[in-house]
Amino acid sequence: MPDLLLELFSEEIPARMQRQAAENLKKLVTDALVNGGLVYEGAKAFVTPRRLALSIHGLPAKQPDLKEEKKGPRVGAPDGALQGFLKAAGLKSIADAKIQNDKKGDFYIAITEKKGRATQDVIAELIPSVVRSFPWPKSMRWGSGALTWVRPLHSIICTFGPETEEPEVVRFDIDGIQSGNVTRGHRVMSSGEITVRRLDDYAKKLEAARVVLDADRRKEIILADAKNIALAHGLELVEDEALLEEVAGLVEWPVVLLGEFEAAFLDIPPEVIRATIRINQKCFVLRDPKTGGLANRFILVANLEATDNGEAIKAGNARVIRARLSDAKFFWDTDRKTKLEGRLPKFGQITFHEKLGTQAARIGRIAKLAKELAPVAKADAAKAEKAATLAKADLLTEVVGEFPEVQGLMGKYYALAEGIDKEIAAACEDHYKPQGPNDRVPNAPVSIAVALADKLDTLAGFWAINEKPTGSKDPYALRRAALGVIRIVLDNKLRLPLLDGAFRKALAALPKMIEPKNVKDAPSISPEEDLLGFFGDRLKVYLRDAGARHDLVDAVFALGGQDDLVLIVRRVEALGKFLDTEDGKNLLAGYKRAANILSIEEKKDNKKYSGEPDAAKLSAPEEKALASAIKTAENEVEAALKSEDFEAAMRATAKLRAPVDAFFDKVIVNADDKAARENRLKLLNRIREATRHVADFSRIEG
Amino acid sequence: MSDKNDPLSPARSFQGLILALQNFWARQGCVILQPYDMEMGAGTFHPATTLRALGPKPWNVAYVQPSRRPKDGRYGENPNRLQHYYQYQVILKPSPPNLQELYLQSLAAIGIDNKIHDIRFAEDDWESPTLGAWGLGWECWCDGMEVSQFTYFQQVAGFECSPVSGELTYGLERLAMYVQGVENVYDLNFNGLEGDKRVTYGDVFLQPEKEYSRHNFEYADTVMLFEQFKMAENACKKYLADGDRGEEHLMALPAYDQCIKASHVFNLLDARGVISVTERQSYILRVRELAKACGAAWLKTEGGRA
Repeated sequence: MPDLLLELFSEEIPARMQRQAAENLKKLVTDALVNGGLVYEGAKAFVTPRRLALSIHGLPAKQPDLKEEKKGPRVGAPDGALQGFLKAAGLKSIADAKIQNDKKGDFYIAITEKKGRATQDVIAELIPSVVRSFPWPKSMRWGSGALTWVRPLHSIICTFGPETEEPEVVRFDIDGIQSGNVTRGHRVMSSGEITVRRLDDYAKKLEAARVVLDADRRKEIILADAKNIALAHGLELVEDEALLEEVAGLVEWPVVLLGEFEAAFLDIPPEVIRATIRINQKCFVLRDPKTGGLANRFILVANLEATDNGEAIKAGNARVIRARLSDAKFFWDTDRKTKLEGRLPKFGQITFHEKLGTQAARIGRIAKLAKELAPVAKADAAKAEKAATLAKADLLTEVVGEFPEVQGLMGKYYALAEGIDKEIAAACEDHYKPQGPNDRVPNAPVSIAVALADKLDTLAGFWAINEKPTGSKDPYALRRAALGVIRIVLDNKLRLPLLDGAFRKALAALPKMIEPKNVKDAPSISPEEDLLGFFGDRLKVYLRDAGARHDLVDAVFALGGQDDLVLIVRRVEALGKFLDTEDGKNLLAGYKRAANILSIEEKKDNKKYSGEPDAAKLSAPEEKALASAIKTAENEVEAALKSEDFEAAMRATAKLRAPVDAFFDKVIVNADDKAARENRLKLLNRIREATRHVADFSRIEG
Repeated sequence: MSDKNDPLSPARSFQGLILALQNFWARQGCVILQPYDMEMGAGTFHPATTLRALGPKPWNVAYVQPSRRPKDGRYGENPNRLQHYYQYQVILKPSPPNLQELYLQSLAAIGIDNKIHDIRFAEDDWESPTLGAWGLGWECWCDGMEVSQFTYFQQVAGFECSPVSGELTYGLERLAMYVQGVENVYDLNFNGLEGDKRVTYGDVFLQPEKEYSRHNFEYADTVMLFEQFKMAENACKKYLADGDRGEEHLMALPAYDQCIKASHVFNLLDARGVISVTERQSYILRVRELAKACGAAWLKTEGGRA
């Protein structure tokens, strides 16, 4: 079975786009082949800074033949219809058509055999269209051409043939670039053209020309060499997967070197050193196991085996890192000369958002809210207020101006440096948390209060000015803020009624000129209720990711007035366990049956059957038993809910199962006696009501 | 390559480095222009780039452009930051297929040998909101230091560039510091001589840096500058209107001069801190409107037409 080798050789592809591009190339080409009836055995895509490559193994030499039947007019149809049919089917005369018979009589049918095309021809058509429509995040034109690619595209290899034979070049031309079997190696460490046949010699020849084709192998080489060099100097590599991935996309031939900077720079906080070296220089930092802190060394990854063993490269990189670190040190030293408190007035001149006022106003709101939330978090109210006031001050420091990703953390450093209370200092760092799904959730009381206040103010503000997330657009990261609140509340088991305890307070603190309006399309929904709905959706996503059933979350939310996240989750858990039991499953079935009958009858009679059934009119022993079981269960459920014991509430509800089953077994609801029928329908309604104390069973699937 | 002891060796003098680049690009067939005689923030503003990048005619040019960034002044106290510095600008239109090779050869011409130096092309998308221009390319790294900007222009003044120009911008001071091995820009040897004949970058530019930093941040006459902005804006619009002959335009270049002026005046006002965050955007938009209108006018001139 023949193999395909494709290489698209270009100028440097941005590192961040490489992996996705390789995946896209593989998917686009293999999907199109499979759609054309060309099933393959295996495919692998590769990417380096200058090339995207794809090898597809075990393709058939040609497409399967296809037989196509086209139904024509009846036998004896007018000539016009026949001629039309012949033309459409590509037949010369009606004698070439076959005659078939169906219920209505004889009709013509044209059977055309579509010969499968040679795979090579399919590829020759396919690749140009893939290149022309390739989904780069950004692409460009160059020279006088009209073709677009991520950067100028220089050459294309496309060979096809069986393993044992010399493969052929699949010929095509894309805007003057002719496919061939020639590529180039490393820009500096190789010269001339390389002629290739298929993947195995391609990869080998590239390797000889100082190109490691496989990005994962480049990563392995970098990681192993970096660790070895570190070890040889008694140091440890501070691993950084994202940086490793990026660096592997910046080199075709990784050469790992060790550089050095002055130990005096180690006074700078390690996170700042790391940020400087990582972001600006794409280098790794090293840890000294003896001190536990950073070492004054760094690992750089060059794309060159230099003739001077990398001395010039090391010196050059060290020079830039030295300059960067002196800037960082200067910033760090300068920043500590001004107290955080002293920076606050400047926030009065900085707009947070056109409609939401200045940063100063926002910080004021957060401080007030943090103070109000302090009891919920079991925090000292004065400390919470103070921490919220200072938490954003580091945004005005030089270090954070240079490296926004150390915001918060620097606040902590500066707060500690001026001797501010540790809990307040910690809140400066932690109030931004959790930032992503893997980020830590704050658990110190003061941090909790400020973190909640910060997020709630953001949510309330953007809700009030109607800047809610839509589809994939969430420019103010409001989904993340809501999820942050949810995680903080649940992780710390905080009892926070969202509507009254959080949303209304946050909305009330907003500038006076903003009047939070009700939802445009649903004027009866207040902004806080709308926000609660948003939290409900976030919670559903969160609980679903944690393995809970989303319909159970719906069933609990549908009860209305549910705004205590801890209770919602406990209720969902209890409900889930209950529905796993036989009693639960049967009761749900009984509920569905009752609800179905009710909805049919209510529709038929065009009236609602609500209210208490008349005890005097209950005749069958099963309906009497059910009526009394409902009363008992409701009393027990109510008591259990009062003490927030959802398991007990479920157990009490479960007691309805036997009487409900017996009722449906023995009692005919739609009795001839109208009064008995009405009374029984009311009884069914009582089943619906009784279960509604624990959840809206109508939302539960199954 | 020139002898290491020659005062005009790129490794010995700032001017030697400039001359080496001039020679290199002249040999590639570029027109070597002298700097444009107006204050501007970057070599891209030179009409030989902004306007010549528009329209179908081929154009190859190289020039040094003194660049003024009023906000970057540091009173001569920062070893790397200047409010006035030199950019070396190359435009090749259409961009040739071997542009990266040519760039590497130009580095070799100033003594940066790619057998021992790690030259890298790191993603950098370029955008100039004031010029309504954008392009894709890289910042070029030499041993971890950014030494040039490499851009394929896609749009200028809001118009598609067809053919595409390749733009190379070298930060001359930074490159010179690297090849001369000095840590402070003011220590650069300017003329390549030694002893009392030696002239440093500081001898030439330290006093101006101090004086202009004072001017840019503290004393520039803002009342006058606000007025000048309006005057330049109005003059630009007037020349655009007066020169418009329907299918043809007679004064695209004088109009564009006023756009350059407005842009620099805005930069000065910005450095003086008298433009608020919200106003800033509207000033940028006003300059962009001028640039777009000038680009449209240029396309109706001999230089901009087919």
